[in-house]
Amino acid sequence: MSPTNLLLGSSPFTHGSGSIAQIMQTVIWALMPATAMAILIFGWPALLVIVLTTAASMVTEVLFLKLRKRPSALGDGSAFLTGLLLALTLPPQAPWWLCVTGGFFAILVAKQVYGGLGYNLFNPALIARVFLLISFPVQMTTWPAVNPLFGEQAYSLSESVAIIATGHQRTPELVDAVSTATPLGQYRTETGLGKTVQEALGGSYGFNTLKAAEGWIKGSLGETSALLLFLGGLYLIRKKIITWHIPVTMLLGCLLPATLFWAYDAAHYPDPLFHLVTGGLVLGAFFMATDMVTSPVSIKGQIIFGLGCGLLTYLIRTWSGYPEGVSFAVVIMNATVPLIDQYTRPTAYGHVK
Amino acid sequence: MPKRFYVPMFQHIGEPCRPCVVVGQKVLKGEEVGRAEGRISAATHAPTSGTVVSIEEHVIGHPSYLTVPTVVIDPDGQDQWADSVRGLVNPLSVSPSVIQEKIRAAGVVGLGGAVFPAAVKMSPPKDKPVKLLLINGSECEPYLTCDSQLMVERAQEIVAGIDIMMYTLPTNQCVIVIEDNKPDSIRAMSQAVQPFPKMRVQAVPTRYPQGARQNLIESITGQEVPSGTLEADMGILIHNVATTFAIYEAVVLGRPLISRVVTVSGRGIVRPANVQCLIGTPVQDVIAHCGGLNPGVRQLILGGPLMGRAIKTMEVPVVKRTSGILALLQEEIVERPEGPCIRCGRCVQVCPIRLIPCEIAWRAKSDQMDRMAEVHLMDCMECGCCTYTCPSNIPLVHYFRHAKSVILADRLAQDKLRQDKARIQAKEARMEREKAEKDRQKEAMKAASAARKSAAETGKGALSEAVQQGGLPKS
Ligand code: SF4
Ligand code: SF4
Repeated sequence: MSPTNLLLGSSPFTHGSGSIAQIMQTVIWALMPATAMAILIFGWPALLVIVLTTAASMVTEVLFLKLRKRPSALGDGSAFLTGLLLALTLPPQAPWWLCVTGGFFAILVAKQVYGGLGYNLFNPALIARVFLLISFPVQMTTWPAVNPLFGEQAYSLSESVAIIATGHQRTPELVDAVSTATPLGQYRTETGLGKTVQEALGGSYGFNTLKAAEGWIKGSLGETSALLLFLGGLYLIRKKIITWHIPVTMLLGCLLPATLFWAYDAAHYPDPLFHLVTGGLVLGAFFMATDMVTSPVSIKGQIIFGLGCGLLTYLIRTWSGYPEGVSFAVVIMNATVPLIDQYTRPTAYGHVK
Repeated sequence: MPKRFYVPMFQHIGEPCRPCVVVGQKVLKGEEVGRAEGRISAATHAPTSGTVVSIEEHVIGHPSYLTVPTVVIDPDGQDQWADSVRGLVNPLSVSPSVIQEKIRAAGVVGLGGAVFPAAVKMSPPKDKPVKLLLINGSECEPYLTCDSQLMVERAQEIVAGIDIMMYTLPTNQCVIVIEDNKPDSIRAMSQAVQPFPKMRVQAVPTRYPQGARQNLIESITGQEVPSGTLEADMGILIHNVATTFAIYEAVVLGRPLISRVVTVSGRGIVRPANVQCLIGTPVQDVIAHCGGLNPGVRQLILGGPLMGRAIKTMEVPVVKRTSGILALLQEEIVERPEGPCIRCGRCVQVCPIRLIPCEIAWRAKSDQMDRMAEVHLMDCMECGCCTYTCPSNIPLVHYFRHAKSVILADRLAQDKLRQDKARIQAKEARMEREKAEKDRQKEAMKAASAARKSAAETGKGALSEAVQQGGLPKS
């Protein structure tokens, strides 16, 4: 006899194994090595920044969805991921209210107001960062020196809590802590004063590309270890969460002009490796620009989008009033996505262009 | 052998056929029980000898529990062939029209899933000669293995069938397309075509939906079928291997299409297998033949997992289009709620027609039916790839089917409206004409009577003049 209670439904009856939660989890895992490295480099305050920001994001998500009487979507991991990405764009000793405001803004204004996951036009983490950068420029550009978790002058946990809670940062009297600028900032300020790139980054500033790639430089938490972020990105491509198109074209978009200008005038334009290992280029290329919701759906569109992100990053880094341009570049390109999508619609089978 | 056969009168595309037997009548195996009606139709035949016990409405494998008139036959156990079942001894010496007639009488339809009457495809119009015959040996869906098994076991017969087809059409070139994960089929078919220089076997990458006509043609010719046209317009004809085998049987043995190979599979089946099934066998008996169902079956599907149809009851008979019977357990079924589209683009990357499924779905959901043409909704072949891959579990194909039906219904209504309008306009015009005519007649009559009056006064000449002036209608 026929089994009772047979399901009907419409085809297809089989389904791939992917799910939103699985995608988000994989991205979170891919970020873990770089996150751990950031904590290692900057000590407990960095951990507190990350915990506070992700917590603020998740609490906002829960409260908002409760208010709108929607089912909780915390399980899909997207709020945690947004919080984590935002934390990685913050300075290592961001005061607590900066973290909380950022997390709140990212979820509420940049995501839920648009209608929730899938409907936002801009990358929530980056929009929140841009908002913080414009509203609180001082706190967002105060760069404490590298002070490793297990170093001689490491912050104790209670010290770290005090730093984040009061906003009074304390930089230990390290021998090489001459300048408080990030490499990108140092390059822009000093070349602006008429020095050459070599003078600006060499000497007492002591920039070392390999060290920088490992992460031993000043900057936001996610601007440190380009190497680990790169590995995380490769893992995402391997896991088929993202394709190579956006990261590769974004890197090219920035590094190609960098190479050209460097070849033209090495005294005033730093080499492409410098651009690769400093700032948020790798984080942006693999984890920010690839945000599915805010990037084009077709491969052709993704290539245009990636190139645009990279090129704008280089323009902003080299000629604008800001030393770093990844967030602005990606956010600006986000705004063009509907247009890109419309003009890069693939020619359907059996249709002529 | 099942205790009872259910032979539906509608197993093909086109007009249903009409029962041509009566209740109580004895029928022999292969005897016609349903007669083709109209040009695009296909006859049905008794799968075995026995007695017609009823002609009733019976469920077929359709999600809406559609019932169709069905001839119910109780077998007598003799399995005795009808005398009418006689093949052509030397088909290559008779006129093609004789062969076409054999195929038509045998009720052969496309067994790859389209169930289009084969005889119609075998009689191409004079202005569209067939330049290339493609024999589709790429399984239409993953999990289904009925076609590859047929190629391994019946390569000789299939090639003989192709030979007959090439003679009948006529055409000079034939490519047998087989997916590269079926080395046994490729070997068997390559061996069988050796004596025939005009046929060749070509392996293609295994990638669903390779069996779809669009992909098949692209893999072989490098060309695309222009949207809105048929492959016949390119001079290409596609037949499935199972159809080719059925044509062989129809022409050489005179046997009508009364059985086919069905893949019975899924974790809910005790002994999965490819089974030679008589058309009309209830699904229940086929499953029983395969050891029955494992406990906990949640879904029964006719056809493949990507394009098949779920059924509610095992009383549904195997019909000509039934390529597979799948029984799925709970754990094989993904029952996740539909989430929001995260624009991941996976659906875009997998669509074989290069559509933007997420955008079409978005338009369908927000009811923008009038803006579907620019995203080519109608080109969607409902292969299911997009739904399969969507991480948010959005039933994209389901939306597309709905949108298509809305648009088609709308088109029909518009056509009808146009026709009605034309009819009304024609009627109004006619009434206008008639009225004008009447008016004119009245005028003429008035004028005539006035003329008569005056003629009475002024004489005959004035009368004829008045009649001319009134302009009486000529007809
Ligand atoms: S079902 Fe989906 S993947 Fe298949 S043709 Fe239609 S839109 Fe494309
Ligand atoms: S696969 Fe699903 S979630 Fe991804 S773009 Fe397509 S519809 Fe949206």
